[in-house]
Amino acid sequence: MALNQSVLSVNELTVSFRQYTRGLRQIELTVITGLSAEIQPGKILAVIGSSGSGKSLLAHAILGILPSNARVTGTMAYDGEELTAERQVKLRGREIAFIPQSVNYLDPLMKVGAQVRASIKDNKKEVQRDIFARYHLDSQVENLYPFQLSGGMARRVLVSGAMVSDARLIIADEPTPGLHPEIVEEALTHLRQLADEGRAVMLITHDVGAVLNVADYIAVFYAGTTVETAPVKDFAGKGEALRHPYSKALWKALPQNDFIPVSGFQPSPGDLPLGCLFSPRCPMASRECFESRPLERELRGGKVRCYHAT
Amino acid sequence: MQLKQLILFILGKMVKMFILLAALCLLSFWMVSNSPVDPVQAYVGADMMLVGPEQLERISAYWGVDKPPIEQFGRWASALLQGDLGTSMIFRRPVASIIKERFFASLILMGLAWTLSGLVGFALGIVAGMKQNTWVDKAIKSYCLILASTPTFWLGLILLIIFAVWLNWFPLGLAVPAGVLTENVRLIDRIHHLILPALTLSVLGVANIALHTRQKLVEVLSSEYVLLARARGASETEILWRHGIRNIALPAITLQFASLSELFGGSVLAETVFSYPGLGRATVQAGLRSDVPLLLGCVIFSAVFVFSGNLIADTVYRVVDPRIRHKDGAV
Ligand SMILES: Nc1ncnc2c1ncn2[C@@H]1O[C@H](COP(=O)(O)OP(=O)(O)OP(=O)(O)O)[C@@H](O)[C@H]1O
Ligand code: SF4
Ligand SMILES: [Mg+2]
Repeated sequence: MALNQSVLSVNELTVSFRQYTRGLRQIELTVITGLSAEIQPGKILAVIGSSGSGKSLLAHAILGILPSNARVTGTMAYDGEELTAERQVKLRGREIAFIPQSVNYLDPLMKVGAQVRASIKDNKKEVQRDIFARYHLDSQVENLYPFQLSGGMARRVLVSGAMVSDARLIIADEPTPGLHPEIVEEALTHLRQLADEGRAVMLITHDVGAVLNVADYIAVFYAGTTVETAPVKDFAGKGEALRHPYSKALWKALPQNDFIPVSGFQPSPGDLPLGCLFSPRCPMASRECFESRPLERELRGGKVRCYHAT
Repeated sequence: MQLKQLILFILGKMVKMFILLAALCLLSFWMVSNSPVDPVQAYVGADMMLVGPEQLERISAYWGVDKPPIEQFGRWASALLQGDLGTSMIFRRPVASIIKERFFASLILMGLAWTLSGLVGFALGIVAGMKQNTWVDKAIKSYCLILASTPTFWLGLILLIIFAVWLNWFPLGLAVPAGVLTENVRLIDRIHHLILPALTLSVLGVANIALHTRQKLVEVLSSEYVLLARARGASETEILWRHGIRNIALPAITLQFASLSELFGGSVLAETVFSYPGLGRATVQAGLRSDVPLLLGCVIFSAVFVFSGNLIADTVYRVVDPRIRHKDGAV
């Protein structure tokens, strides 16, 4: 995981929202805390984490489409060069393709074919038709409005919209829920193909099981940070090869494993613990865990953010 | 599109309108018959001293105002059903011809003001929305808020004082130069007379439509589909053309049609200030002098006008919005 060959690397990213509470008191909600991640060409990095762990916000931060009350610190680099706001504007849609999380990302008053063509160079109709055919969307679908599509069709339209570009980095925010297993397979295989052609893919999902066959690395998110990044082969057996107590617990919680849910709740952005973000729920927590936050370190070919991981 | 549904919808509205009209006529009639102004006295006017009591009786018998109100209303209504709006007491001409002439004058005035306020308001709203929270936005917003709270007649007077009295750029009132025969009036004269009243009348609408458009555009710009467009490399101008206009045009058009009632209300004041011979002014004159046939004619006509505006506002949505147009759902 040498830094110089990454397409994208994110270093100590922190995102907070300025908000006004009653009585006009200004508070800062920290939704991403000291997050680091990187993706190499030809690889798929799966990002997993429970709802509210900051997965979508990371995607939005990379693209530079956070709302205006967001404050971002830390650095991001694309192709080894700093990813500034101006570069984000230049790169998105050209070098970086994005598949959004929900079907609300379609304009309700615009035919879906036209929406997909908007992201194709020269607006070419054939390109859009080919990609629709690939995702089993009938030729007449291009003339429909979003409300006339089923949820699954709308999602396939969203996926098509990103697959038409020849971007070098693809960020897919939960592209598959609600889709027919066959289509999920198709979409994931397509992502794998794109990666094999040399692109880098960031695949955000709730579902570890679904990505085990396609991902190269998995980053585990918790309360707005990456607690562990590990090669996909470590997600096996009883999770012995995993490094962080949360990843282990998450792995064991899967139905195909022990199916024991992790007890307790993820802290809310306005109320983060002083020490390790996982400390209130961690069975291995010691005094230092409550006092300061562990930094990310390399361990056995992966990365972990825990004092006691071995 | 389901034409049948649309027709049923319009028919339903029509029925409602006729019921409303009947109620409106009754109410107006009841109000004028209780008005302290004696129609005969108003009719005779300054000559009152010269007219004897028998003559007064003959006059009131001629106009039917000596009969009980119910009978008067019945007579008026049955004539109306045969297409006869009656004869105006103050103009001594058929109500239908007065309304036709006056309505045409009002229509030009209102049409001009309406188009002007629609275009200017929409443009201001877009600029403010695109530049949200900058000084441009704040300036437009304050301008609109000030405009929105300015009474039409007061604004009309101010414009009149500045542009007609001090600067002498525009005439003081009326629709055509005084003392010129109708066939000799040039188009340019008519336009010259229209500008100040139209400007006055458009101001209220500008504020409404601009604030509304700004609000809608801000909503659209913070929507998820605009976020996606941005993420896929669309520029802010492309976003405005592709998603902005598409999503704000319909609400703006609807609002503009729905505002015809306010426009009509405003025209009464503007016409009064500028002595512009439109329907609004005729209504005021008829009311002040208890000219029942003319008043009822005006009432009917204005109600139909306002109602048509609302009907168009409701129908435009049904015809243009694809979500309502193809209600049958997925194909
Ligand atoms: N504009 C905002 N202002 C304040 N807080 C926000 C804003 N957007 C997101 N958040 C908060 O940031 C946190 C992370 O949100 P995010 O959407 O990234 O979660 P996620 O991991 O994508 O979850 P999910 O799996 O449900 O999509 C959540 O607690 C959310 O409430
Ligand atoms: S740092 Fe401490 S609290 Fe945090 S995960 Fe590791 S052991 Fe648990
Ligand atoms: Mg999300």
